[in-house]
Amino acid sequence: MNWQHLAEQLFGNQHGLRADGDFLAGSVSFEGRPLTVIGTTNHAPIGVRLALAQARVVLDTMAQQPGQPILLLIDTQGQQLRRRDELLGINRAMAHLGMCIDLARRRGHRVLGLVYDQALSGGFITSGLIADACYALPEAEIRVMRLPAMARITKLDPALLEAMSRSNPVFAPGVANYVSMGGVRALWDGDLAGALRQALVDSPIEDQRARDGAARGGRQLAARVAQRVLDAA
Amino acid sequence: MSLPTAIETLDFSYDGARPAGRFAPVLVGVVGSGNLEVLLEPGEPPKCRVRVETSARGFGTIWQAVLDDFQARHALAGVSISINDMGATPAVVSLRLDQAVAELAPGAQP
Amino acid sequence: MISYAECSARERIAQLLDAGSFHEWLPPAERVTSPHLAQLGVPSAFDDGVAIGRARLDGRTVFVAAQEGAFMGGGVGEVHGAKLVGLLRRALLDPHGERPDAVLLLADSGGVRLHEANAGLIAVSEVMRAVLDARAAGIPVLFLIGSANGCFGGMGIVARCADHVVMSDVGRLAMSGPEVIEASHGVEEFDARDRALVWRTTGGKHRWLSGDCDTLVEDDVQAFRDAAIAALGDTRPVTVQALEHEHRLLAARLQLLPEALDGDIEAVTLWRGLGVADAARVSSLDVDAVRALRPA
Repeated sequence: MNWQHLAEQLFGNQHGLRADGDFLAGSVSFEGRPLTVIGTTNHAPIGVRLALAQARVVLDTMAQQPGQPILLLIDTQGQQLRRRDELLGINRAMAHLGMCIDLARRRGHRVLGLVYDQALSGGFITSGLIADACYALPEAEIRVMRLPAMARITKLDPALLEAMSRSNPVFAPGVANYVSMGGVRALWDGDLAGALRQALVDSPIEDQRARDGAARGGRQLAARVAQRVLDAA
Repeated sequence: MSLPTAIETLDFSYDGARPAGRFAPVLVGVVGSGNLEVLLEPGEPPKCRVRVETSARGFGTIWQAVLDDFQARHALAGVSISINDMGATPAVVSLRLDQAVAELAPGAQP
Repeated sequence: MISYAECSARERIAQLLDAGSFHEWLPPAERVTSPHLAQLGVPSAFDDGVAIGRARLDGRTVFVAAQEGAFMGGGVGEVHGAKLVGLLRRALLDPHGERPDAVLLLADSGGVRLHEANAGLIAVSEVMRAVLDARAAGIPVLFLIGSANGCFGGMGIVARCADHVVMSDVGRLAMSGPEVIEASHGVEEFDARDRALVWRTTGGKHRWLSGDCDTLVEDDVQAFRDAAIAALGDTRPVTVQALEHEHRLLAARLQLLPEALDGDIEAVTLWRGLGVADAARVSSLDVDAVRALRPA
């Protein structure tokens, strides 16, 4: 689904969202209440510039619209793979974006992520995964890395990885897997505005993802191991 | 669908002569390419049991020889040895086993 | 001098913390291992590549985690990540009345453990949240980076979520590894075999000069220990003001570097722009000399 169609479904035809290259930002009205939207499109690679652009909007929201909810619309191929961005500290810029989002949450802004196309790796860590909760459209995909690169780096057989990515929740990129692992809270299907309304009301503030992963069966150990550390003599 | 790769598990058991006594578990080595980790724990005397989990399949006879040698050197009784191996050579395996024994409490030293 | 880079995770713990003070949680004998590796024919590690526990540093209680870079490149999998999360949570919840003065993370990681893909990605994110939770509760989080692997990927992001980062000149801190960049955009973009380029771009000296690490040390365990002790009091509350300051800094830096500069001159151009004297000689200077060059 492209971002315009998504925006119309969520906010109606007069949403006022604009794209500046790969960067989406705007203040919209949702059921009479203002909402900040920040996002990316065109499977954007997140470089220093785009990370800072998003952080700027989060900072402005904290300064000018206390308590206003923030919706992150996510469509990214992950971090920009450029020497210049590494030199300039892309990891620091991404941490900065993540910390802005995290502070907004602690200051009472509900922050929700929605993967509406794809999300990879670092681009996802600094957006949906640092929100109060992350949601996804059913046809979206989330992955750590494309399979050929993964095969090259791990020296695992590409055919094995290919088979795993079809059958194994740990490797399969479908968002349903992320739901069962707790990384995504739920899928939004059909009545998107209704799903957003619900999410604004009942998204958690604490990190419940390991608990969800255990309850849903997709990630059986994380919650238990963390608890064991708490309990250890 | 059976996977083309899997971990091979090998178990060995010896009767030892030198009791290792009670001791805190000892860990030496790291599971990296060409390396292994060895965990030494108290076990049921007089046995010295060894469990090897390895990604380098098909070397059972070599493990047997290395461990026979090891037991001939140390003759430990009442130990349980657990190994995670990623293709270490017999020389490296012997080295790690000896390093592990060296870290046992002085009373158990041969 | 004992090389920090050449130490294993457990050797670093033994050398860096007060002698004999390390008390490990979920030690190897408990066999809390990865549920995902055997199916790929990859051996597990009894501690899933990270040792965690409580220790003393200069007499003060700290919690510490040391990642073992030789195992799976220090990649974070489901269990490894959960050990880190548990450690950070234990610091802030303090269920046993041992509130530490800091959490030390001896980072040695390529980031998400690719063999655990989705589980690893979520795990890194949970670690990031837990670091920020600990900081919000007033517990400083210190990263020590000095291994041959460096601190990359998702862990490179988490490192910059900490209060204080100590690096040696040998250490590297970045997002994507040089091979990944070269594979993606070609050798012109990044020649992964050009070691000087790799360290100019991601190494400790550069990160010190650009402010991406807070302390620069030699590759020496004692130096890391001294730096960690000195950093114990360095709590940096995460406030709007702090983030605005950070934003100004990063935005200004972006303006300093024109696009499409040649890799041979890019780092030196940036250092000059940052106000580093003698920028052209940085790569050949020793740690003491580089330390003195950081702009105020």
